[in-house]
Amino acid sequence: MNWSDALIQLQYDLGAPRELSWLVEGVTYFVGAFILANAALVLALLLIWITRKVISRIQDRIGPNRIGPYGLFQTVADALKLLSKEDITPASADKISYLLAPVLSVVGVLMALAVIPFGPGLIGADLNVAVLYLVALGSLGIMAALMAGWGSNNKYALLAGFRVVAQLLSYEIPMVLAMLAPVLLVGSMSMQRISEAQSLYLGPINLGVGWFIFLLPGAFLIYLIAALAEAEQTPFDLLEAESELIAGFHIEYSGMKFAMFFLAQFLNSFFLGAIAVVLFLGGWQGPFAGQIPLLGPIYFLAKTFLVYIVIQWIKGTFPRVRIDQMMQFAWKVLVPLALALITAQMIIMKLPLPIWINYALLLAANLVVVAAVLNILGSYFEREQVRSKRAFAPRSLIGTMQPVQSSSGD
Amino acid sequence: MPELPFPLPTVQQVIFSMIAVLTVFGALVVVLAPNLFHSALGLVAAFFGAASVYIIAEAEFIGVSQVLIYVGAISTLITFAIMLTRGMMFGATSPRNRQWGTAAIITGLTFLVLVAIVSSVPWPAVGEPISQGHEIIAGLGRAFVNEYVIPFLLLAMLLLVALAGAIVLARDYK
Repeated sequence: MNWSDALIQLQYDLGAPRELSWLVEGVTYFVGAFILANAALVLALLLIWITRKVISRIQDRIGPNRIGPYGLFQTVADALKLLSKEDITPASADKISYLLAPVLSVVGVLMALAVIPFGPGLIGADLNVAVLYLVALGSLGIMAALMAGWGSNNKYALLAGFRVVAQLLSYEIPMVLAMLAPVLLVGSMSMQRISEAQSLYLGPINLGVGWFIFLLPGAFLIYLIAALAEAEQTPFDLLEAESELIAGFHIEYSGMKFAMFFLAQFLNSFFLGAIAVVLFLGGWQGPFAGQIPLLGPIYFLAKTFLVYIVIQWIKGTFPRVRIDQMMQFAWKVLVPLALALITAQMIIMKLPLPIWINYALLLAANLVVVAAVLNILGSYFEREQVRSKRAFAPRSLIGTMQPVQSSSGD
Repeated sequence: MPELPFPLPTVQQVIFSMIAVLTVFGALVVVLAPNLFHSALGLVAAFFGAASVYIIAEAEFIGVSQVLIYVGAISTLITFAIMLTRGMMFGATSPRNRQWGTAAIITGLTFLVLVAIVSSVPWPAVGEPISQGHEIIAGLGRAFVNEYVIPFLLLAMLLLVALAGAIVLARDYK
């Protein structure tokens, strides 16, 4: 049973007149949207707390532990501090785009909630173009960054805005290609259908572990890397490298407007993780999810938080890449890899073989392509390492008393 | 319920009116804003309005494609072109000349003709409900690779030629 049908039925049972069916439907969808949007904002507090805790554990610190149990309300205190801060608008800023940009960035992220299936029947709108819808939402974030960068009337903010567009547009292509792999397998772009397809029946019992990551590990890897870049997380967080690049397009923002950009970023990494869960990790599928419907949302949220923690783990571990390395990685590694995987998958799926041989071939093709790419990358980096060792070898000048060799980097 | 003198608008009509206001407002901003960047933003709003109209008409695929291509790609391209052009950033930069009066008259007349045409066509008031949205997309995909494969490939070729041409034009000959 769908949540909206249940809610409509509840209103009729409470005595809503049948003539006002449009009002009943309107109230239903309003309630759904209201709960989802506000839950997301509360969720952001939890997400920031998780990030702080995970990163401080990695750095051998304790992390926030003063306010509330386990420091849970530290983020609330920070939000209050941000609210009470002075809200500065630069005198020469373009008011419309400057004020609209933070709102647009959060709206673009929140709209993704509409198509995320939390459980069987628990989905805002089961669009039949949901995957395409999610891709289209990315353009809102790009517009918001451009508006913020241009509206601030600051040349660093504008340059950072260009950087955002370059990064987000480049990584959108491998991400879309990786998202295409499960869509091809299911033959539908509806998130609910993709979730349902990842069941595994053992007799009449649904074990719910027919996840696409077991068939398409390569596509999952590409999606995860591209999602890191789309969510502006380390190692691709040079959009807001506070220490090196004087932050990013939001340099002129303060107080709550600045917090809006951060909110959008945290929610975006969570939702990209949720999409990864739906497309590759089975969505709400799990052992006995078919029998006990309540398990669906629990499985879904558990998996999504796990992916989120992995993202934060990466954030605490990896160094930041340079922009040229980042662009080269997208265009020279990820896009050809994704294209090769998609082509292999299309050919394999058309072979007239039993379905399980097809699946085995699919897995083999994924592993072979990924292994080949890793091999090529490994030998490239080996050569690169030898080269840079020669270029940056430490030479002691003390005691030799020889004129310094001019060593332009080769 | 007491009888109203006019039929109550349906939810769809109300939402359509809101979207129409947004679209027309965006389109007016495109034409009238003194700043070129504001015109580009108005264009984005108008594109969103058009996409919403498609979605109300239950053509989600076209609506989402509209956002993906027009907002995601074309508007970004336009914005970039504006930003990278010197002296286009602030102040009155919208290219307006003395012919705006003539243009307004011609646009108004075109609008009247369109209204006359649209109101004279007997549109089906209630169409068939589209229940098989999935089938429509699948049909579209099949049409692309079966009946219309040659036009489809030719269009792709055209885009490729345009891309190669842009690279050749932008190349720095030394």
